Amino acid sequence: MSNGWIIEVENLTKRYAGNTAVEGITFSVQRGEIVGFLGPNGAGKSTTMRILACFLPATSGTARVAGYDVFTQADAVRRRIGYMPENNPLHLDMRVREYLKFRARLKGLGIGRSRARVEVVTEQCGLTDVSRRIIGHLSKGYRQRVGLADALVHEPELIILDEPTIGLDPHQIRSVRQLIKDLARDHTVLISTHILSEVEMTCNRVLIMHRGKILAADTTQNLQNIMSDGGQVIAEIAAPVAELRACWEQMGEIEYFDIAPSEGEYHRCALTPRSGLDLRPLVFEQARLRGWALRELSRAHHSLEDIFVHITRPDREEETR
Amino acid sequence: MRAYLTLVRRELGTFFVSMTGYAIIASVLLLLGFSFTDMLAKLNDDPHGAQAPMTELFYSTFYFWLILLLTAPVITMRSFAFEKWSGTYETLMTTPVSDWQVVLAKFTGTLLFYILAWLPLFGCIAVVRYFTLEPTILDPWTTASTFFGIVLFGCLYISMGCFASALTRSQIIAAMNSFVIGLGLFLLSLRRLVPAPPADWAAKVFSYISLSEHMEDFARGFVDTRHVVFYVSLTVFFLFLTLKVVESRRWK
Repeated sequence: MSNGWIIEVENLTKRYAGNTAVEGITFSVQRGEIVGFLGPNGAGKSTTMRILACFLPATSGTARVAGYDVFTQADAVRRRIGYMPENNPLHLDMRVREYLKFRARLKGLGIGRSRARVEVVTEQCGLTDVSRRIIGHLSKGYRQRVGLADALVHEPELIILDEPTIGLDPHQIRSVRQLIKDLARDHTVLISTHILSEVEMTCNRVLIMHRGKILAADTTQNLQNIMSDGGQVIAEIAAPVAELRACWEQMGEIEYFDIAPSEGEYHRCALTPRSGLDLRPLVFEQARLRGWALRELSRAHHSLEDIFVHITRPDREEETR
Repeated sequence: MRAYLTLVRRELGTFFVSMTGYAIIASVLLLLGFSFTDMLAKLNDDPHGAQAPMTELFYSTFYFWLILLLTAPVITMRSFAFEKWSGTYETLMTTPVSDWQVVLAKFTGTLLFYILAWLPLFGCIAVVRYFTLEPTILDPWTTASTFFGIVLFGCLYISMGCFASALTRSQIIAAMNSFVIGLGLFLLSLRRLVPAPPADWAAKVFSYISLSEHMEDFARGFVDTRHVVFYVSLTVFFLFLTLKVVESRRWK
């Protein structure tokens, strides 16, 4: 049970009449991780989360949360997860504190404990000022916090958040993200989103889903390394093209290069090394020796966006079929 | 049990945090008032002819049936349909409460509201008792049995309403469905007034399921176990169907 895996999913398939939402996915999540579920709309993220939250049954395959099967031991699983569905549905006619208390009682907390926990999560989610207001009168950012507070109120081991920042303004997104990061200190968190930067900022592992399959599962760092194309280096140097060309040609470490004019006398050179080695110190050394002005020197950094586009692009799909 | 009581409280509370509950109580009061004046008019016409208990006069008014047939669809339509529509059904069903707790809590909460809406009936009867010279026409037993009949009727119609509401996401469709089922059952009981049933056994069946005949008995002060069994078994049947609809989400 406490073997370190909080989610174990094996060959999970969900078919609705006529179409397959999730097709034989297998993954696992370790305790204490923040895992991002990334994929375009309709990739099967929500369906997977609903199955994990025991709302929908799977067509085949197994899923376990904290060692309990989501289908046969649904009650034990539900006690251990805090789930916030897509669009964060709330009882808009209730007051914040009243709602949280109602939810705490539903989740099986006693009177004393539910009161204490409501106090804690109200504080934690920054709801103290609005705790007596009616949820329907709150802004979307606050409603999102109420949803998060609800997911936390029974001290779950695993928190599942389906698109927690959808429809928020940039400022609200930042505060909700910060809240999620804070949660991660003592909870395992599974977040779904189609906003790539969000995963990059909050998660330490990513599962990329597309058309019901998991196409990639790794840490954000590893995915970037895979994509970094052998460590291409960009250097902007003020020097005549001929001199630059001569210099790069004589350097044995460079496999091939490309020079493009930039503004003024600067030229933008893209240098690809022969092996995975880091060219930056060498380039700097050359510039110093020759007295060139160097104004930019960087290794190409791939964002998750590139990785995502690369992985889900159509020609790759043909391969996987 | 804790979750069940929390849900019942919430279910009953929804009627009072918005206009709906008050609006329903007000319209029930209005219709109740109409049937009350109707009854008083009948008494005035023939003050000494009232052999039967007065509750019988009361049940035979048209408004009385209007309340019975209309309240259940209106108060049950939101129970499941609204939660499904707003998405709170998902948050509800992912808490560690069992399906039968949810179904039973929705039923109980709505039934309590229904009983609450009917309580002014006692007020009407108390007024007559206070002013009448013949208290015998309104003894407590017949009043109690009438109310018992009304509650049993409510159980059946509310369980049908819950079933209709569990089937759909739209409150309007839920209300229409439960009204149609309810009206259908009621019209069967009126059938005895139209043509004569073709056979003896058919007449028996129709009399057994005749809601107006049941109500007549209750209003006269007869609590017939056959009627009680009829209402209780049908209520259980519809609650069972509702439970199956709720469970069907998790069928593979």
